Amino acid sequence: MTGATTSPGRLIVGRETRPKLPPYLKLRHDAGRGRWVLLAPERVLTPDQTAVAVLQLCDGEKTVEEIAATLAEEYSAPVDVITTDVLDLLQGLADKGYIKG
Amino acid sequence: MTEELKGNGHIESFTVDDEPTEGVVGSEEATAELCALAPVGLLAELTHRCPLQCPYCSNPVALEGAKNELTTEEWCSVMRQAGEMGILQIHLSGGEPCARKDLEDIVKAASDAGLYSNLITAAVTLSRDRLETLQKLGLDHVQISFQDVDPVGAEKIGAYPGALQKKLDVARWVTEMGMPLTINAPIHRHNIHNVPRYIDMSVELGAQRLEVAHAQYYGWAFLNRAALIPTYEETLASIEYVEAARERLKGVLTIDMVVPDYYAKRPKPCMGGWAKGFMNITPAGKALPCHAAESIPELAFDNVRDRKLLDIWMNSDAFNAFRGTDWMKEPCRSCAFKEIDFGGCRCQAMAITRDPRNTDPACALSPYHSEMVKIAKAEAAKPATEFVYRNPRNAAEVLKTKDEPLVPAE
Repeated sequence: MTGATTSPGRLIVGRETRPKLPPYLKLRHDAGRGRWVLLAPERVLTPDQTAVAVLQLCDGEKTVEEIAATLAEEYSAPVDVITTDVLDLLQGLADKGYIKG
Repeated sequence: MTEELKGNGHIESFTVDDEPTEGVVGSEEATAELCALAPVGLLAELTHRCPLQCPYCSNPVALEGAKNELTTEEWCSVMRQAGEMGILQIHLSGGEPCARKDLEDIVKAASDAGLYSNLITAAVTLSRDRLETLQKLGLDHVQISFQDVDPVGAEKIGAYPGALQKKLDVARWVTEMGMPLTINAPIHRHNIHNVPRYIDMSVELGAQRLEVAHAQYYGWAFLNRAALIPTYEETLASIEYVEAARERLKGVLTIDMVVPDYYAKRPKPCMGGWAKGFMNITPAGKALPCHAAESIPELAFDNVRDRKLLDIWMNSDAFNAFRGTDWMKEPCRSCAFKEIDFGGCRCQAMAITRDPRNTDPACALSPYHSEMVKIAKAEAAKPATEFVYRNPRNAAEVLKTKDEPLVPAE
């Protein structure tokens, strides 16, 4: 079989990345089930409280560093730990096409 | 299936696909919680009218006529009820949903109800103006089927002249307009060698998602199995290619794959379990737990014209018939996987064994399994038979004939 396609569009999330949700993703509070859902093409994602807090800050203006700093203050947690966690979360989402830089 | 975001621990994900074969790929726990009160996905088959005649169509062989279709207001009411009861995603499908002149009204009703809407279309009759209108009214996502990446092949399968070029045009409009695009690639022996080209085409078009959907042999595809089923070796090679491409295209293209269960050892968790997370409304308003459920003669289906959607979901006999695991016989009843695959597909058990309570013959534990696979492999080894195209004339012919049931092994 032929047809090797390269991967030019993969976003590698770093501290300086300004992440945002693409317009076709909908972060919605699902009142009936008392939780948040992220609606995507043919997928429903169920982010936990931490992920929701991160996603709500992904406005395309704040950097990952700034997002992590905000959360570290809010949750009184070490910024290094938070940064690693945020990078992991966003890279996972970016690899599914759910986060753009 | 797809490896999801579970590694991260903060997000669970699962598919809400139109395909009954996809099932649930995320955590069981998350799905159970989400589906406790209402399904997450609803497939609205707006019409059985279609400009294409693909021989693997997932519609029942007995096609519904236009005069029995739900009215605009009845469909809009379904959308409102779906939103109220907590359904999250709506798949507008068919037949060809664009054959409904009131698609705009239905999309608007879905959007007003807070539903994430997905248009599943053959695209050959869709104009740019109409697509722009649908986007303005709140359409969230477009899925276009491509019968082949080669124009001659595409035309032979769908029996529609010039289909490929038209589909490419519409796909480009979708991405130009900033909407997410899924390419649906129905795979069988006539196009399985083109899986790599499907992947390249999806990337070039800027699609977010590609469904490599091996034909599932029910309904029309069951009739056409000898014309469609690829060999085991071809199937394996295509699966390996897709798995490598997924890794290479991380963050660029999501590839979902539905494999042909004839060549599997375990059955697929069809619909993620009967009446567990999905419901389907036929053009005439019948509420089904899966889109092939009408092939099970003992089931009677409630109609949205007579009962509320939520009442049907909770209380309908057809929905309760195979819900959970109490209905199971051996070998399912004592099987360690019964909560994982739910005994596979009820419609396939019906089609092959004539008893919907039997284990899906795709399961290696079914006494029908070896015979079914032997027949399928023999069909794949022979030259392909002629297509029985999906159209009302062939439907009438087929419904007159009776086939012989398969005999189980000792």
